[in-house]
Amino acid sequence: MKRLNNYVNKNNKMLFIPFITVGDPNTETTIELALELQAMGAHALELGIPYSDPLADGPVIQRASIRSLDKGMTLAKAMKLVEVLRDRGLEIPVIIFTYYNLLLQLTEEKFVEYAKAYDIDGLLVPDLPFEESISLRDMCANNGIALISLVAPTTSATRLQEIGKASHGFLYCVSSLGVTGVRQDFHPDVYSFLHHVRKESSLPIAVGFGVSSAKQIIALQDHCDGFIVGSAIIKEVEQRLSLLEDEETRCQAVRDIRKVLEKNLDYNDEVLGNHEGTAQNTQTLPTRETS
Amino acid sequence: MIQQPNTMGRYGEFGGKFVPETLMYALEELESALNDAMEDDTFIKDYHQTLKDYSGRPTPVTFAKQLTEEIGGAQIYLKREDLNHTGAHKINNAIGQGLLALRMGKQKIVAETGAGQHGVAAATVAAYLGLSCKVFMGKKDVERQSLNVFRMKLLGAEVIPVESGSQTLKDATNEALRYWVTNVEDTFYLIGSVVGPHPYPMLVRNFQRIIGDEAREQFKELTGGLPDAITACVGGGSNAIGMFYAFLDDDVRLYGAEAAGKGVETAHHAATLKKGRKGVIHGSLTYLIQDDDGQIQEPYSISAGLDYPGIGPEHAYLSDTGRVKYESVTDEQALLALKQLCEKEGILPALESAHALALATRLAKTLTKDQSILVCLSGRGDKDVHTIMRTMEEENTNEATK
Repeated sequence: MKRLNNYVNKNNKMLFIPFITVGDPNTETTIELALELQAMGAHALELGIPYSDPLADGPVIQRASIRSLDKGMTLAKAMKLVEVLRDRGLEIPVIIFTYYNLLLQLTEEKFVEYAKAYDIDGLLVPDLPFEESISLRDMCANNGIALISLVAPTTSATRLQEIGKASHGFLYCVSSLGVTGVRQDFHPDVYSFLHHVRKESSLPIAVGFGVSSAKQIIALQDHCDGFIVGSAIIKEVEQRLSLLEDEETRCQAVRDIRKVLEKNLDYNDEVLGNHEGTAQNTQTLPTRETS
Repeated sequence: MIQQPNTMGRYGEFGGKFVPETLMYALEELESALNDAMEDDTFIKDYHQTLKDYSGRPTPVTFAKQLTEEIGGAQIYLKREDLNHTGAHKINNAIGQGLLALRMGKQKIVAETGAGQHGVAAATVAAYLGLSCKVFMGKKDVERQSLNVFRMKLLGAEVIPVESGSQTLKDATNEALRYWVTNVEDTFYLIGSVVGPHPYPMLVRNFQRIIGDEAREQFKELTGGLPDAITACVGGGSNAIGMFYAFLDDDVRLYGAEAAGKGVETAHHAATLKKGRKGVIHGSLTYLIQDDDGQIQEPYSISAGLDYPGIGPEHAYLSDTGRVKYESVTDEQALLALKQLCEKEGILPALESAHALALATRLAKTLTKDQSILVCLSGRGDKDVHTIMRTMEEENTNEATK
């Protein structure tokens, strides 16, 4: 959990935590994209595991899941890929985002074993609420893996208190009711919700679900420590599928995705440019083999 | 018998609430409204009155005399849920949940449907109670079940074709849950079976137990005792739990009929307990049909109401404890039972119910004439006429080409 706490802490405002579906549309793209996002200044990477029934996801991530499943991606393969990512120069913390059934079938014990073997920092299970997560939480904590909790505008004060106390890494605040995906407006109570969260937990708080523009991030910056961007990245992947399938054009396509994201998230502006306190300098991309 | 589930919504290890955080509040709200309603005599009275005045309950128990003679074993009795308004037991639950939605002040209901039977029941109750109704239905099912789609529209419901995933019941359920997550503040999710996160399996059982409560009294009146065995079909398992619940403490053998489709040794079946493994589907820990990695597989049955890849968590529990035996019935066996009931009793059962009937005739042969079997005839077969016709035509063509 040390690496996660080094990167994801309140001094590193605004924390940028990208989400990508692993294996969409192939593992090579996942590697290139992960490194590019790190070079862009990401503080942690969420690797989404594709699932046949992604209850919490909107159409964009659903389609990415299908593309990745068609290529045979599994939770075990995705975890092993992190070892490759590390070899290729990924230094930021990696959080596995998986639905509970996939974790159950792999078994929680195997997950912990792989997480340690392949240098994985955290776990997020969108359909495992706090009450159901007690044994997994202990197992993760005993093995230095952060089990990231979600809280929503509908989370009651009592539960918020409990979750705030027992969580690790950071708190993932769901911006709106509904599934993942780009949206114009957050829940009307989002700011008061974030203030409640702030009161109940000393952990950094990051906002996700529907974050896609600099305007939103500017509006959020006084109320939280970071943000998660998922569907907005995957939409860019989706628009370049054939380029990403082709070895010749893949690198350029990934660089283009970064450019679009930098523009949309206003990345070079002061909102996001502030990376003081980052444990390691993640701005320079390590040399990597061409594939 | 322990009053399952526990406070975590678990039946043994099964059940629970495996849902996104956003829904937790709604489930807590629903559970507290349900508990409150079940304690309220006015609500219970209103529910029973509506079942009587609107759905025509109590449904009778019919002795199948000719069928019994034909099979030549135990006496076969039928609990006639097919005689309900809209033609199946689904309405019991839809009335209960519709009244609960009203009580909670929710004017909008959302439902999932596979073949359309639950969608029709939900749309019917919405019309009756003056609620708006959206029904999510897999795009493939919309195409296959155009008649029920039209019925729902006639009843004023909005049918939303679901294009995600495999475009069938499991995806319609995902989409209904996603819609509910988004509109949780003013929408009531009227789930169709004893599946989903707690408190749904308990809630639906509460509104379906009328089947067994009635049947137990009626059977005693008819025969002076209790049946030796009971059979019911199991997809999600709402008619089966509704029937079994009253008999759990009795010395009555209980049997659930799972759809074996083209055979449990093939890839085309919906035999969740026989072929599935423990996992989480639609917010509940239960058995489900999945691949080695945990991706949920598309099940198959000739009966659209039984092709669900999971099963209600209470059934998973009753199976593990051994209180209920679950057996598989193929398409072919169900069709044969359906024809027998048509010819011998003048009753066209739903394809789902024909699975329970097929299991009953199988068991009857192993029992003596002074023993009896009660079958939950969960619905009528009018909705299946097209499927039956097509299957019989295919059989005839196959015969001719042999």
